[in-house]
Amino acid sequence: MDFLNALILLLNYIFVPALAYGSQLAIGAIFVTLIYGILRFANFATGDMMSFGTMVAILFTWYFQSMGLTLGFLPTALLAIPFAILFMGLYMLIIDKFVFKYYRLNKSPPVQLAMVSIGVMFVTQAVVRIIIGPSDRRFFDGEKFLIKANEFKEMTGLNEGLAIKSTQVITIVVTIILVSTLFWFLNKTKTGKSMRAYSDNEDLALLSGIDPKKIVMITWMIAAILATIGGVLYGLDKSFKPFTYFNNMLPIFAAAIVGGIGNPFGAFLGGYVIAFSEILLTYAYKKFFMYVLPESMEPDGLIQLLSTDYKFAVSFSILVIVLLYRPSGIFKGKIL
Amino acid sequence: MRKNLNVIAAYSIMMGLIILVGIFQSWNIALSIFNLCLISAVMTMGANIQWGYAGLINFGIMGFTALGGLAAVLISVNPVQEAWSAGGTNILLSLFLIIGIVLAIRFVLKRYQKSKIRNYIIAAIIISGIIIIRLVSEPGIEAIEEVNPARTGFLGGLGLPIIFSWIVGAFFAGGLAFIIGKVALGLRADYLAIATLLISEIVIAIIKHEDWLTRGVKNVIGLKRPAPYEVNLQETEWFINLVEKFNSGKLALISDITERQAALNQFVIEGSSVFVKLCYSGLFLVVVIILLILTQKALYSPWGRMMRAIRDNEEAANAMGKNVVKQHLLIFVLGSAIVGIAGAMLVTQDGLFTPGSYRPLRYTFLIWVMVIVGGSGNNFGAILGGFVVWFLWIEAAPIGLYLVNLTTAGLDDTHFLKVHLIESVPYFRFLMMGVGLLLIMRYRPKGILPEKIEIK
Repeated sequence: MDFLNALILLLNYIFVPALAYGSQLAIGAIFVTLIYGILRFANFATGDMMSFGTMVAILFTWYFQSMGLTLGFLPTALLAIPFAILFMGLYMLIIDKFVFKYYRLNKSPPVQLAMVSIGVMFVTQAVVRIIIGPSDRRFFDGEKFLIKANEFKEMTGLNEGLAIKSTQVITIVVTIILVSTLFWFLNKTKTGKSMRAYSDNEDLALLSGIDPKKIVMITWMIAAILATIGGVLYGLDKSFKPFTYFNNMLPIFAAAIVGGIGNPFGAFLGGYVIAFSEILLTYAYKKFFMYVLPESMEPDGLIQLLSTDYKFAVSFSILVIVLLYRPSGIFKGKIL
Repeated sequence: MRKNLNVIAAYSIMMGLIILVGIFQSWNIALSIFNLCLISAVMTMGANIQWGYAGLINFGIMGFTALGGLAAVLISVNPVQEAWSAGGTNILLSLFLIIGIVLAIRFVLKRYQKSKIRNYIIAAIIISGIIIIRLVSEPGIEAIEEVNPARTGFLGGLGLPIIFSWIVGAFFAGGLAFIIGKVALGLRADYLAIATLLISEIVIAIIKHEDWLTRGVKNVIGLKRPAPYEVNLQETEWFINLVEKFNSGKLALISDITERQAALNQFVIEGSSVFVKLCYSGLFLVVVIILLILTQKALYSPWGRMMRAIRDNEEAANAMGKNVVKQHLLIFVLGSAIVGIAGAMLVTQDGLFTPGSYRPLRYTFLIWVMVIVGGSGNNFGAILGGFVVWFLWIEAAPIGLYLVNLTTAGLDDTHFLKVHLIESVPYFRFLMMGVGLLLIMRYRPKGILPEKIEIK
């Protein structure tokens, strides 16, 4: 019984939240990696692009809510996602046309493109803040919990409850669908294959008749899908605040590099590596050991490896270690 | 003379703008903009040395700035004796333990061949070391943080004049840069950018949460000043006389004696704060000029020539027998040290240390906008970039407000669009920075004052 309690405890406080957070990071990391692999620059506007997509989704959510349109127990924001993706894609194509295209055609070094993306970051940040303001917004509606802690306790008779938020389940399900579709697209369809070929060797790809314009456009569209869905899922689970989204860029970058930048599968797993290590290292294991160990050996302290203040620092330290020992990432991305 | 015409023109326009602010807004605002422009200029020079001379991207400027600020605290605050007696020994012991661990790792690295077992040994040393340090330092930290938590709760500093911290800040930042450089300089350019960005976040996290050292988010206020205090000035004889002399024309117009006294008092209060700001301006100006002379000398020295050679073609420079890795490390440390000086200057001017205010947007990306806009590789350009961008950053709100009023003049004052736009005026600065950066990158990629090298 004690063992079961301990297991539920870990499931409730570590496994489920880390899985949801990891999924959100994974989507962002695939976004970064795609841009890096195909358009060949580190996109410092990642977080703000995600916040732009989320903002549009929120505006549509409000519009639908004012019309009385809801999805019942599901959040209305899910209905707004397709519309937000359209706007996001349009925004990205406009940015590409007026900003990135020039440098791509001139074959500027990646560093210059990264600098340009900082300019885009400033502009996007301003647009988001001017339209929706900098404050914290919750736009979640519908059923909040799939399983409540109390219900779970009654059902199983255990001491520890397992609470599963519906947003966590939505995040994980949507991520599985999105990522598997993406991998199917990249590996099985002709367009996906030509994208990978372009990423692998641009000259050879051009020689074999692949249209670079089409590749770039499709990349931006996929990026729009990833940015919007990733942003909305994060916002549903936590809340929407432009500044937080900007900061999320950092663990997302860490996830993409840890997984091996330019490698979508690596980025996907990298998200979970970062999320799990953040939560595993900052969780206080006192209660867990109280269940597992006999009473005489009960611990005094919190048995916390690092205080929760260092949550971000954990992922960055992992990144530094990975850069030191395997600069190409765990799953062999581009050689750097 | 002729070839420097655009430099002189650009600087006179900039100074003219600041003087205009002084005339139309107030001299207080103008001087505080000027002071922060000078500090920004120092930061920009640091970043410019790394990017313009050597092509290294350092997105960790925020971390080095914060370390400089920390130096200001550790140098100037008086030591908290109680805290030292409560937990000082534990902290010192942990410090020795850290040194011990580093030495042990070095020993293992030197002594044994590269192998899996060596990696495991190092990991074991680090993990066991962290656990031992936690056990040793925990009671000390708790004891220190319990000493009068509302006012101190940290170890305090050395109690020296704060001006020394400008040098110490440089050493702190340089030391950190040395460690980062050892770790990350081998990476490709954009990787280095991401790595330094994340490392600077780690630095901020440590400064924010190690309360025993920095008071963390509780902030350190009331730091010592290198300049006189306004309150003291307002009671000093010579200062009042000086203000009287300056404003004698205006005062003569007022006939009533009590009214004249009141007006004089007002002038003295305003004058004291302007005077203090002028003192800071003088100090900062000295730093900027010294750094400018040194960096110009370096730029035109054989060393500067070598750095440019390395920047433009690493392989060729390497083939000529230049040690690229060593030079990169050197320039990374030098540039970061300059940023550290700026961090200490910033805290000195504010008189307070607020770890929560260090954000990458303000302290990393904005500085990079300055470097790009001003002209990378050109010290005069870097300083000008610091001035222009900081001026716009501050004055963006008034300009934005003016523009909003102009474009929405036809709308009613209570119209929701107008109200909304006026509320979001503070964010126009982001828009201005972004658009400015994009335009400069596109149409004048070398900046306002481009790099110009003529061999003397």
